[in-house]
Amino acid sequence: MARRSTTRIIGGRLLQALPVIFLATFIVFSILKLIPGDIAVTLAGDNATDARLDEIRALYGLDQPFFVQYGAWLWKAVQGDLSRSLLSGEPVIAAIARQFPNTLLIVFIAIIISLTVGVPLGIAAAIKPGGVIDRLVTFVSSLGIATPYFWLGMLLVDLFALRLNWLPATGAKSLSVAPLDAIQHAILPAMAIAAGGIAAISRQLRASLMDILSSQFVRTLTAKGLSPSAILWKHGLKNVGVNLLTVTGLLVNNMLAATVVVEAVFAIPGMGNLIVRAAIQRDLPMVQGVIFAMVIVVILVNLITDLLCATIDPRIEA
Amino acid sequence: MDAMTAPAPSDTPLLSIRGLGIRFRTAQGDWQATRDVSFDIARGERLGIVGESGCGKTITGLSMLRLLPPRVATVEGTIGFEGKNLVDCAARDMRRVRGRRIGMIFQEPMSALDPVFTVGDQIAESLRVHQTISKADARARAIEMLKRVGIASPERRVDDFPHQLSGGMRQRVMIAAALICQPQLLIADEPTTALDVTVQAQILDLLRELSASSDTALMLITHDIGVVAESCTRMLTMYAGEVIEDAPVDDALRRPLHPYTSGLLRSLPHLSERRSKLPSIPGRVPTLNMPTGCRFQPRCSHATQGCERPQALLDAGDRPGSGRRVRCWRFRDIDLPGVVH
Repeated sequence: MARRSTTRIIGGRLLQALPVIFLATFIVFSILKLIPGDIAVTLAGDNATDARLDEIRALYGLDQPFFVQYGAWLWKAVQGDLSRSLLSGEPVIAAIARQFPNTLLIVFIAIIISLTVGVPLGIAAAIKPGGVIDRLVTFVSSLGIATPYFWLGMLLVDLFALRLNWLPATGAKSLSVAPLDAIQHAILPAMAIAAGGIAAISRQLRASLMDILSSQFVRTLTAKGLSPSAILWKHGLKNVGVNLLTVTGLLVNNMLAATVVVEAVFAIPGMGNLIVRAAIQRDLPMVQGVIFAMVIVVILVNLITDLLCATIDPRIEA
Repeated sequence: MDAMTAPAPSDTPLLSIRGLGIRFRTAQGDWQATRDVSFDIARGERLGIVGESGCGKTITGLSMLRLLPPRVATVEGTIGFEGKNLVDCAARDMRRVRGRRIGMIFQEPMSALDPVFTVGDQIAESLRVHQTISKADARARAIEMLKRVGIASPERRVDDFPHQLSGGMRQRVMIAAALICQPQLLIADEPTTALDVTVQAQILDLLRELSASSDTALMLITHDIGVVAESCTRMLTMYAGEVIEDAPVDDALRRPLHPYTSGLLRSLPHLSERRSKLPSIPGRVPTLNMPTGCRFQPRCSHATQGCERPQALLDAGDRPGSGRRVRCWRFRDIDLPGVVH
């Protein structure tokens, strides 16, 4: 059976992503238009005349019909120009380039923590279902899922930053400016969102590994004379790989969303902070740009996940 | 004891099972799946175990390689094989028997293969578990084995994944993986049930031929007497967890000694004469509330007073050492129809 070439798969998937990007940006654009309030008033100040307001609206294209505004934005975005911030005049792309690395750093560290803790826990639980470790994992993961990460973030600040003074609480700088400092500042927020990640990974891994270890082919492997550990480490882990990758991919996306809140708690200059500030101030191009970048990252994460899954499991045609 | 009535073989049997009882712990209490199962398999012999679903034949097969879930199943009795008792030998010793001395294949060839490894890997794996052999050599042996089980262009197929093969080819792969270490015994649990009829015949031919050419004994577990008639030399009938008849296949087909065996034979469409309606055995196999005495008695048309007494597996050979045994005290009084005349 001929398998499609990887380049063709990637090309096809990227093509499928275009409508998603279009739809996501369109919805955000619409929602921001529906919000009451006028950016022109904000820009012009409280005591501006109507003439001044019209002038500002004309300057930013705000007097144009809705679809024309969106079309203009999209046309420029396709060419790589995400416009400028209405408030600071900074190119949106520059703001994203400055802030995104901080967010990605948090998500990256959080994923590493989730995997290094969650995977061993999940395996240990699956080997002895109903055992001490299994019950502990179930308990801890329930706790991990139920705990709001912003609250956990505050607890972490209290313990590690205020009491123990091990890690800084706030005041992060950009990754490009001060890498070590940025990493230090990223650890606590990463820990805050990793709690849910550990829970998700250990639970999923436990469930799917137990499923695999009780499947028919494991009986065949036993009948062939393989030891339980060979079955677990060779066949169990490869079979569970697809599931683990899928969960991890979803987790990356969830964590990107979680940074919006967590960055606020830790005052991290990341994407979350950027979009919250821009949304409150109705800085439309900025919000659009950030959403655009996030959507692209999510699509890329999904694409990479699918490609990796296809290399592990021959039954999956990406 | 059944051990007393077991046939005295001319040389030591390959496998010798005595008093095998398997119990399962269930939510409703213990369930005795098999009781006092005793039989031998000689070297190179092809034994068919038949019976309705739930009679304990599959469980008996799984217990040979200790594949029953240890948390819920307890096994008593002995399974003598090459000087070891497989019921309680060390896990390490058990692993050296599995795949190397006794191979096993199962009903569902799709789910019985690991979907994310190539068939070549899985065949070679059987070899590599038990002996030091380079990857390339193991692969060459796997290709050779694929050829032996009748797979066309094995050099190409060796890199296929299970989902790329048909059901019959998957079962051939299973057979290749089970036989690559040249075991003394192959246990085949309903190996053709999940396959098309035409493929069934091919797989049975293959099993018989491989067993004969390599002198590998075969334990064929099936609900299909036709399969046993075609491929086995001896037939063991099980009912409600007990062995009720043990006879050379030809004898069993011609003149069954137990009413249940006779009923099974006559309910076969392709072996019986053409009739308007197939005879069937009334009632169902008891599972939980076993009747005292003969377990078939509630369904048996020959039952009389005396059948409620415990039944032993009696030596029923018309000549000494013929190895016929039956669990029916009336076997001399009743004349039962078979299917071959």
